[in-house]
Amino acid sequence: MLRRASGLLARPILAARARPFSTDLPAAQTADATFVEAWKKVIPNMDPPKTPLSFMQPRPPTPSSIPSKLTVNFVLPYASELATKEVDMVIVPATTGQMGVLPGHVATIAELKPGVLSVHEGNEVTKYFISSGFAFIHANSFADVIAVEAVPLDRIDASLVQKGLAEFTQKLSSATTDLEKAEAQIGIDVHSALNSTLTG
Amino acid sequence: MASNAAVPFWRAAGMTYITYSNICANLVRNCLKEPYKTEALAREKVHFSISKWTDGKPEKPTLRSDSPVE
Repeated sequence: MLRRASGLLARPILAARARPFSTDLPAAQTADATFVEAWKKVIPNMDPPKTPLSFMQPRPPTPSSIPSKLTVNFVLPYASELATKEVDMVIVPATTGQMGVLPGHVATIAELKPGVLSVHEGNEVTKYFISSGFAFIHANSFADVIAVEAVPLDRIDASLVQKGLAEFTQKLSSATTDLEKAEAQIGIDVHSALNSTLTG
Repeated sequence: MASNAAVPFWRAAGMTYITYSNICANLVRNCLKEPYKTEALAREKVHFSISKWTDGKPEKPTLRSDSPVE
């Protein structure tokens, strides 16, 4: 009897895949209505178990007027740097150039290149150097920035950056296979970005 | 959607995004100042043991503690 309930649990997941774009969803639901009804029909005496959906915070709906603050979630694999922090603006290093995100920004997904993420709140600016990652900007003025490695700028050692730049420039000229050339090119890109951050 | 859109140079060379991203992260970690550098490298160390199974029994496992795996 409980096995059929687990089959019913799978159904809401299929319904979720049919939605076209996740950036223009209305506010997300907090409980699985179909699952709860189906459970009550089969097992009216037991309380339905909580599904993962009920543990999640619902996505705030897109407000009709532009909000005054942008809410940023900046996460790394090992830590959450900023969690739903309200700021005025963030500038992300997208592959297409430095992109400023203000409240009310159009929903965007941007791949990030090695560069500086700056968070502007009132008069203070906090900068982090990001190795690479993605930025998801939602229509409701929430921005999620994810990166593999992000360091505050004062933790970067300038001499190691220069050494690395020289080393990879040399590796590029002596590279033979495509893969070696690509790795050397990546090294040059990352180190030049670090260099211009320290000097610029 | 252009199927022959310009691909990034690393993908043209046969690298996946994850490999690219991990290489970038490693390079950044190697450029940090001292106490942060050792913390970051220690955090990314991977230890695992692999054992092959034959006839339903595991053979002797090999212990790998590589430095950050790319």
